This record gives sequence, C-alpha cells and structure tokens, in this order.
Amino acid sequence: MSKTPVEHVHARLDHDEDLSLLNEVSMKTAGVSRLEMCIQCGSCGGSCPSEMDMDHTPRTLFAMLRAGMREEALLSNTPWICVSCYHCVVRCPQNVHITDVMYTLKGMAIREKKYRDSTAPDFSETFVDMVEKYGRSYEFGLATRHYLKHSPLRMIRTAAMGLDMLKKGRLSMKPTTIEGMDQLTAILNKAKEMELAHE
Amino acid sequence: MSDYIFYPGCAMESNAKAYYDSLMEIAQPLGINLQEIDDWNCCGATEYVGINLIPAYSLIARNLALAAKMGHKTIISPCSACYLNLAKADYYMAERPSLGEKVNEALAAGDLQYTPGSLDIRHLLDVLINDIGLDKLKEKVVRPLKGLKVAPYMGCMVPRPDYHNRWSDAEHPTELFDVLKAIGAEVVDFPGAATCCGGHMTQIGPETAYELIRRLISSAEKSKADIMVTVCPMCQLNVDAYQGETNSHFGTNYNMPIVFFSQLVGLALGFPPEKLGFGSEVTSTEKALAQIGVDIPESAIAEGKKRQQEGLPMPLCMRKTTTSESKHAEEAKA
Ligand code: SF4
Ligand code: SF4
Repeated sequence: MSKTPVEHVHARLDHDEDLSLLNEVSMKTAGVSRLEMCIQCGSCGGSCPSEMDMDHTPRTLFAMLRAGMREEALLSNTPWICVSCYHCVVRCPQNVHITDVMYTLKGMAIREKKYRDSTAPDFSETFVDMVEKYGRSYEFGLATRHYLKHSPLRMIRTAAMGLDMLKKGRLSMKPTTIEGMDQLTAILNKAKEMELAHE
Repeated sequence: MSDYIFYPGCAMESNAKAYYDSLMEIAQPLGINLQEIDDWNCCGATEYVGINLIPAYSLIARNLALAAKMGHKTIISPCSACYLNLAKADYYMAERPSLGEKVNEALAAGDLQYTPGSLDIRHLLDVLINDIGLDKLKEKVVRPLKGLKVAPYMGCMVPRPDYHNRWSDAEHPTELFDVLKAIGAEVVDFPGAATCCGGHMTQIGPETAYELIRRLISSAEKSKADIMVTVCPMCQLNVDAYQGETNSHFGTNYNMPIVFFSQLVGLALGFPPEKLGFGSEVTSTEKALAQIGVDIPESAIAEGKKRQQEGLPMPLCMRKTTTSESKHAEEAKA
C-alpha cells in the first residue's frame, strides 16, 4: 500500500527525533489534525489578529511541540489568546487544523494545571459547569460568577451596561433547564469515561 | 414553504432576542418553515472543546441525533458559533471515524445515535441566498432601505473554515453584501467583513478584545457606514455592548450601531421596528434609522421594564425560588 503524505513525513524524519508530544497533541485533536505536516512557513502567525498579545506565534508553538518542549508549550498563553477566528486555518498551506490544536492545548494545560493566569481556564470551566447543570448556557450567571471572582472592579464599571441589557430583556435572570437533563448527563458521563481511558 | 429543522442556540433566548424575534417575523413571508429541535442543548460555544474532546463532541452530537429524528434533512442555525460547532462535529465524526464511534458510544448511553453526513447543516444566511433566493427576497421588499449606508459584517465563524465549500470567499465573503443590496441598502466597501470581534476575550482578556473591536468600528467609520450589520449573536454583543468599554479604553468616541441582518430584512419587508427587536441595542440605532424615515417607538425601548423592578439582582444561578413574576412569564410562555 502506498504511503499517505503524513506517513511519508514520518518516514523521513530523523529517527532520533522524539515526536511523542507532537503525536500526543495530534491524537487528542478533533479530526485529522495534520499537525505533523507543518512546514514552519509562518503564515499562521502572519494572519493572526491577536498575535500581538501571544507569547509565541502558532508556528513557534508548533516547533516547540515538535521539539518536545512540553512544559514551555503548555505554559504558553498562545492558545488562551487565540480567538478562534480560523484565519490561520484557511491560509495554512498544509491544512493544519490550527484552531483545533489550540483547543487541545488548552485542555492539556488545564488537566496538567499548567497556566500562568487562571482567568481563562476558570471561565471555560464555569461555562462547562453551567452547561452540565442546565443543558443550556446561562450568561448572567456566568458573567457574574466570573467577574466576582476575577474582576469585581470591572463588574462595578460594567454594572450600568448590565442593567441596560436587563432592562431591554437581553439578560435572563433564570437559567433555562432542558428536560432531558438525565439523558444529557448519562451521555456526558459515558463520554468522560472514554476520555479518561483515551489518555 | 420549505421545511427546516431549527437549532436556535442559547443566545437567541437571551442577548440575541432581536435576532430571534426578527427571524420569526420574516420566516413566513420568505417561505421558511422552522421546526425547532425539541429539547436541544447548548453547543458548548468555544468553551467546551477547550476542556476535553469526546464530551464536547457528544454534547454537540446530542442535538444532531435529536434533529436527525425529525424527518427533514436540513438544519438551520442562525448563530455562527452554533453553526460551526454542528458542522464541525458532523465533519470530524466522519473524518476521524474513531471519534465518530466514541461519540456514538456516548450517545447510546442516552438511547441516541447519529450517522455523520445524514444532515445538511446550514447557516441562515446561506439558506436565504441559496434556497430562498435573492429574487424572491427582492420581490417581497416593500420598503427598500434606500440611503442607509451599511457595513456588511459577516464575522469569522460563518465563512471559515468552510468544510463544505459553501461560501464565496474565506476572507472577503460577498453573501451579506448581496442580501443587503437586494433590500435596497447602500452597502459600503468594508475591509473588516470577515475579521474577528474578539469572541470570548471580552470576558477573559478584554484588552485583546478592545483592540479587535476598535479595528472593526474604525474600519466601518472610515467606510462611512451609518450602521453595521451582523449574522452572529457574539459579534452583535461584542461590538454593541462593549463599545462603551472600548471607547473608555482608547479615549475614542465611537457611536456605531450594529444590528442583525434579519432586522433590516424585516424593515424592508415592511414590518414595524418594534416587532423586529429594534430598541434593544445598547448603541442606539435611532439616528441611523432616521435616515430612512424609520422611528423606534418608546414602547420598544421600554420592553422588559418589569424585570427591572426586581432590582439589580445579585448573582446568581443558585436562586432556586421563582418569584411570582417569573412564574407569570413562564405561564405566559406555556
Ligand atoms: S501556516 Fe501551517 S504550515 Fe505554516 S507554520 Fe503555520 S501551521 Fe505550519
Ligand atoms: S484561529 Fe487563533 S491562532 Fe488562528 S489566526 Fe485566529 S486567533 Fe490566531
């Protein structure tokens, strides 16, 4: 059987190269990530609208993964600054699923508690908590819980805006709960079990 | 009438009610029959996928499984993030069959299953253009929005990553431009059409978000737009509600309204502004709409006043008790 392009790259790589981190990230990413195919062209960083606030460009981050720099890669703020705009993805000549790799790195950083600032991981976890509890997202609860914990001052500054949104019927003070909560919980529990086995 | 499965997504119930209300008005005359997925759940936005893989895709796939049972093939989502999540789950479950199998194993715990590829997952804008058609839309226009200068802001998650090659261009999509032209608006040349509004960064890294919002609004201003138009609840929220914070951050004085495209379509079809959710925006649309002789009545702005009487509630979600008032609201809904 002829080799796929990805297998070709693998076959040609230096045998001494330890690709375990790269493979791990690739395997944990949705779809076929094609992370192995990165040619370090830099189109991703050049297209990224929030690159100015990132520790490393996506290109550098992927080079770090290839080099097995686990600690540094997971501590990078880059995945947390990624705004999921997919600009890099449509420009990448190798079709690397860059945005999805960023999601994978976030998940790994959370599990290994490798982040410098907990604001973003906490936000994701609070969001997930709400969805797991109600089946729907609940902005008002999310924003208040998040602001109270991380920036009570900002909460005061934005109170007027919040009140305005409330007045206009754009913030619901009560979460909506789906009827099939038991069903959803059963599905998610099973999925989590598999996720753990997968690690 | 064409029948569609409808996945509204959480924002349509709260901050993007104007999108929901206006869509409900225009659907009938355009021949779009929407059947909401019974008991749908949140798609996880951009958060759940950043925590773990299989649960995130199972969360999304529960909706696909429920939809697949409904007898139609096409599912419409008006929210960009929901649309992308649904499309992505369908695509990746097929691209990596081992993921598909695991997701189905999880779904089985809730007596559900989903075969990737069995649904056509579409954004509302795509349906309007490709199923309904611009000619039919033009035919229905009774109040062309002549003289209103509009910046067509499509955002990032609709035209990208475009797994099914549905859109004209990943960076300079023309679809929204075409729709706005069809309803008689003057569409300005807007380079920011598919750039990012900052997404969830308004919550977790506001300075990054302010910069993206600033770029967008300044680009719309330079294009001499009276108003920006979006297809996404997150884009609307960020540019509208966080415009004030962006102004204080940069010392700017932007005052650029942003509304959903369905609201402008509704105006062109002759619906009164109060039925289309106008008045619920934070950055007022009054001046922009006055250009085309449309007034937003006070009553539209005052909507939801009752809730305010509860006072500024402290958090939170933990509040189990239902006040008589919200019970009323629930009864009215039922
Ligand atoms: S654009 Fe693609 S190939 Fe180029 S550096 Fe980025 S990920 Fe690698
Ligand atoms: S998806 Fe993320 S990494 Fe890629 S261009 Fe957008 S912000 Fe940058």
